Amino acid sequence: MYKLWLIPALPFIGFLINGIIGRKLPKAVTNLVAVGSVVLAFLWVLFVGNQSNWGATPLHAHYFTWIKSGAVNVGWDYWVDKLTMIMLMVVTGIGSLIHIYATGYMEHEEGYYRFFAYLNLFMFFMLNLVLAGNYLILFVGWEGVGLCSYLLIGFYFVKKSATTAGNKAFIVNRIGDFGFSLAMFLMFTTFGSLNFAKVFAAAPGKPEGILTAIAFLMLLGATGKSAQIPLYVWLPDAMEGPTPVSALIHAATMVTAGVYMCSRSSVIFLHAPMAMEAVALVGLATAVFAATIGLTQYDIKKVFAYSTVSQLGYMFLGVGVGAFSAGVWHLMTHAFFKALLFLGAGSVIHACHGEQDMRHMGGLRKYAPKTMAVLACASLAIAGFPGTSGFFSKDAILTAAYGHAPWMFWVGVVTAGMTAFYVWRAFWMTFWGEYKGHGHPHESPWSMLGPLVVLAILSLFGGVLFNVPKILEGMFPPLHEVEGEGMLMGISIAAGLLGIALSYYMYVVNTELPAKITAALGGLYRLVYDKYRVDEAYDAAVVTPLIEGSKAVLWHGVDQGVIDGAVNGVGYQARGIGGILKLIQSGNIRSYATWIAVGAVALLLALGAGGGVK
Amino acid sequence: MNMLDLVIALPAIGFLIALLIPRAMDNFIRLFALGFSLLTFVVSLTLVMGFQQGAAGQQFVTNVVWIQNPEIHYHVGIDGLSLWLIILSTFLTPIAILLSWNAIQDRAKEYFAFLLLLEFGLVGVFAAWDLFLFYVFWEVVLVPMYFLIGIWGHDRRIYAAVKFFLYTMAGSVLMLAAIIFLYTQAGTFDYASILDQFSTGKIVLTHLQETLLFLAFFLAFAIKVPLFPLHTWLPDAHVEAPTAGSLMLASVMLKMGTYGLVRFCLPMFPTAARENAPWIVILAIIGIVYGALVAMVQPNMKKLVAYSSVSHLGFVVLGIFTFTQAGLDGAVYQMLNHGISTGALFLLVGFLYERRHSLEISSYGGVATAAPWLSILFLITTLASIGLPTLNNFVGEFLVLQGAAQANFTWAVFASLGVILSACYMLWMYQRVFFGELSEEVKHHMPELSLREWACAVPLIFMMLWMGMYSQSFIPIVSEQNAKILHQGKMSSPVRAMAAVQGVNNAR
Repeated sequence: MYKLWLIPALPFIGFLINGIIGRKLPKAVTNLVAVGSVVLAFLWVLFVGNQSNWGATPLHAHYFTWIKSGAVNVGWDYWVDKLTMIMLMVVTGIGSLIHIYATGYMEHEEGYYRFFAYLNLFMFFMLNLVLAGNYLILFVGWEGVGLCSYLLIGFYFVKKSATTAGNKAFIVNRIGDFGFSLAMFLMFTTFGSLNFAKVFAAAPGKPEGILTAIAFLMLLGATGKSAQIPLYVWLPDAMEGPTPVSALIHAATMVTAGVYMCSRSSVIFLHAPMAMEAVALVGLATAVFAATIGLTQYDIKKVFAYSTVSQLGYMFLGVGVGAFSAGVWHLMTHAFFKALLFLGAGSVIHACHGEQDMRHMGGLRKYAPKTMAVLACASLAIAGFPGTSGFFSKDAILTAAYGHAPWMFWVGVVTAGMTAFYVWRAFWMTFWGEYKGHGHPHESPWSMLGPLVVLAILSLFGGVLFNVPKILEGMFPPLHEVEGEGMLMGISIAAGLLGIALSYYMYVVNTELPAKITAALGGLYRLVYDKYRVDEAYDAAVVTPLIEGSKAVLWHGVDQGVIDGAVNGVGYQARGIGGILKLIQSGNIRSYATWIAVGAVALLLALGAGGGVK
Repeated sequence: MNMLDLVIALPAIGFLIALLIPRAMDNFIRLFALGFSLLTFVVSLTLVMGFQQGAAGQQFVTNVVWIQNPEIHYHVGIDGLSLWLIILSTFLTPIAILLSWNAIQDRAKEYFAFLLLLEFGLVGVFAAWDLFLFYVFWEVVLVPMYFLIGIWGHDRRIYAAVKFFLYTMAGSVLMLAAIIFLYTQAGTFDYASILDQFSTGKIVLTHLQETLLFLAFFLAFAIKVPLFPLHTWLPDAHVEAPTAGSLMLASVMLKMGTYGLVRFCLPMFPTAARENAPWIVILAIIGIVYGALVAMVQPNMKKLVAYSSVSHLGFVVLGIFTFTQAGLDGAVYQMLNHGISTGALFLLVGFLYERRHSLEISSYGGVATAAPWLSILFLITTLASIGLPTLNNFVGEFLVLQGAAQANFTWAVFASLGVILSACYMLWMYQRVFFGELSEEVKHHMPELSLREWACAVPLIFMMLWMGMYSQSFIPIVSEQNAKILHQGKMSSPVRAMAAVQGVNNAR
């Protein structure tokens, strides 16, 4: 009716063109195809939204039967409601801006066409993910974006660290997908369908135990894709990819898929209170844990990566305490300001000729004032400065957390303070003081700055422009009123401002202080700086034993030792018996086989000719 | 004489003519074999066109007496189970011939003749409706493969060929004994007639007899699959075989085992099949995880792919012994999928070998820089192999696991581990071969794909996409046949589904 398929098809066509003949195309054409296809998709989303009252009456589309066997019947189905509409706008809107930015950022890179082919393919799968009308089609998008993430993290494939990070992302996500798949299997045995409409209609009547199991398995999937404890470890490494990728995939869109899935499945989660509690706890724990790491990092992209992990934790906190629409709101505002932070960081890195270590930056306000201005907007938003987009969504989550359990609010507030601190620490280290890098820093071109300005406007006013809880009213059950909302708001604003002020004091006024604190904290600081050595622990506990064990015990031990030992033993015995037949044994493999073949054929022919055995 | 007879006869005729062509006409033999196999493929497509969905029983039947006493019939026909496997055989044979074009210079005549003989045996196995005829074709397949490994293989080819032969023979002998025993009971080798006599109660087996017969068939098939722990012939056979041998072995020959399980073990011995299912499923799941773990630490590409086959075929066996519609459909679909994607993996590994003359992962690196299209095709195949949705394997794996979950949720949990591990071993290999700095040695030996290589790979890639995106072209007739098998064994899916629901209820 509304040709919903056109939305993902457009970037897919872009992928095909750039992927197949991109090498021979001039850059201008590659740009036009890559950017044009996404912008057209965005326009089509606007058109569909405009025509359909922005998803107020859900749209369905069934294209063809994808998998059918017995009771299993999965169609290629799309479903658009208000939640989908928000996601579509974010994905295609932010996606368009980042594509435009990337034409500038990637201009001098090799494999330009390849980059945009992957990026378009990502858009295709991401749009499939959000358009899906059943869990399996969602899973198609889910796996597909994982593939593109893998390809783009490892975009500089000559660099070992990049491809290793790509593998890590894919494999860690597979662990999450293990949970997601099992959730689907259990869902199908419970509901007899994977269709959203059918599952959600039937869910309230099903026993809590099964719904809880499904929800927990989905949560495992979400911790993979959305980088939550315990599967967050791939996201910081994913920063090996080009910066536009970090902004688009690893901040604004793909990593929010877990939040989207949980919100989409709100009916199931609401009937599984234990799982809800787990979502909130995982989110909160991740938020505070990642924020502490963010305090200590020097690589500007790593700071923002841990910040992303932490902010995703906020979204899960919102979802877990029942404030689904607040979680989605933060998903959207975070897409604005975090995309901006990454793209701004890209602009900074660009300005500093590829330098990512903030200790070798500084003083850029003189050289890149426009970049500084837009980054200031993003930093204010993420710090929850009153009136900015981040302020509204974060406040909505924290208020709901207070209503659920006050201690969660307090942990969230402390995290908000840390967030403000590390983001502004990065800001001061980059733009204030004297330039400590090499070469001569320069401002970025307008193809890069243009999208940044749009994002800056959205970061500042996005919360006012798009009041998500209002838009989604009626989709999720309303929350209880919380007493003293004004005071809670005041506290979280104060935490943000305190964080900014403290960072100003430590990194502008009294720049000796951080070193002293570091020295005073000693081992504790090292531990946090080393990211709590979680990667090392995972390696020692899982990866190494698995590989060494497979090699020593399974391959050399069981396969070559036990099984082949037995087989070869039997073989030797057989050879002894074979000795009797030495007369025809010539030692030549061909004659052995010839005898067997000739014998078999002769026997059969004799049987046939003689009319068989009498 | 119908089209099916023609599809069986053409490769045999081709084999005989090829033997008559003088040795000196090397290139003509290549062209001849390719032409004949393509012709066979085209003719086999008429089977797809003419196949009647919804028609009961087998189609394209020919039933004539071959040997009077004991009465052995040339009885062939196809149903939804065998049709696609026959097409798989006729589809892959031209590719196997084309990919050997330059690689085989020594004794080219015999080599290409044997590939045609192999095709003859494979088509026959899937078409045979007489147990003895089935056995004959089963053994016919063994001979060319034995030669392909033993003559055109790599350094340890003798060891591998003998191991392959002994393993398979051990199983076949038991199966032959079981077939003869069935004959003494039923007075016929005719499969349909034996099934009929079972269902009407004309043959009644004691519990012990049924179990032993089941095990005799099962063992022959399990070795062929191969099911853990009977798999150790496979890595050796694959590593030593020439590329086309590996391709045909992995893609089609292994399916003879799983085909046998579905065709014979389930319908003829349903009780024994159900009773023995628990330990078979456990072996299948061990195979899935074990194969993947061992694949992970292989330094040799072919061995890695071979162990991955052990893992993938574990899914097939698991699906079969779930006795669910989804599991069985998924298993059969997975047979085809594995044929396409693992065939393609061996093909592409063969391309690499022809360039660099090494199967060791460590002698590669940076291939993506030198040969981007080769890398892309390998990537797509890798993704198919690890079950990325929209590519073929996902559909089969999903159905198998869904079926497993319906039968016993724990099975699905453990089997799904294989999906995680497949990503590990395939992506680690891909990284080491294709990414990284391009060394000088690799650089000089890594031309981009030739036209001939494109022609080999593109049909496979195309099938991965088709089978992944639109399984409805293939599954319905398979489903229909499987429903019948489940019904024959009094294991119809509604009954099982009820039981599964009950199980879930009880678990509460």
